[in-house]
Amino acid sequence: MSSGFAAGRGGGVTARFDAAEITVLRSLVSQILDLVEPGATGDDPLERALGIGSPERPTDPVLARLFPAAYADDELSAEFRRYTEATLRDGKRSDAQTMLETAAPGRVELTAEQAQAWMRALNDVRLALGTRLEVTEEVHDEIAGMGEDDPRYPAYVTYDWLTYLQDSLVRALW
Amino acid sequence: MEVERPSIDSRPDLPWLTIVWNDPVNLMSYVTYVFQSVFGYSREKAEKLMLDVHHKGRAVVSSGTREEMERDVQIMHSYGLWATVQQDA
Repeated sequence: MSSGFAAGRGGGVTARFDAAEITVLRSLVSQILDLVEPGATGDDPLERALGIGSPERPTDPVLARLFPAAYADDELSAEFRRYTEATLRDGKRSDAQTMLETAAPGRVELTAEQAQAWMRALNDVRLALGTRLEVTEEVHDEIAGMGEDDPRYPAYVTYDWLTYLQDSLVRALW
Repeated sequence: MEVERPSIDSRPDLPWLTIVWNDPVNLMSYVTYVFQSVFGYSREKAEKLMLDVHHKGRAVVSSGTREEMERDVQIMHSYGLWATVQQDA
């Protein structure tokens, strides 16, 4: 299993992944790309060109977590969403694309900028998976007490591995 | 005559706040790192804010004009942190 990230040259980071790990990472990040594709949260070409998006709060719990409300007040929140969601979505897509372009089996060497993109993209994947699995802060202990024949086991173990990976990336960048 | 109060008090002297809320996914290391790199806070201050979020459920991470706070919230959302704007009560 990958031993996580280490600090590299010029503020960058390095890590080693086997083919199976890269398959998992690429698959999860591709799912994020699909999830946040233009249109998923309402889209009009002209408004999009002006950076204006839909005021609606997404109904999907994962999208609602990736694009949270900025105000307690629904009307203010809708107005904020209208003018910021397209930019937020473009950023998430760009981070996911960077990860797809640089994730390959063997030694992965990332520039400081690419490492930042991986950090945010890994977090988006964890937010999506964590929301779907409805994880709590005790998730690590839950897995320890979970039987390997539990149908939730593979997803939880993947989540735990992503947590480890992201933590090692943050520490390598610090 | 009863005057309807606006839902948001627009007196200009009240600063606006960026609040970050606790969630079970974001890592303590990551949240501290984000506070340090986005706001330029010392590690000590960033860690204190992170622990406030973790233990109290929320923390005020910045204050200023409404426009500044909307920008900060947008940056927090780009890092996947759950943040909201509100006026200091």
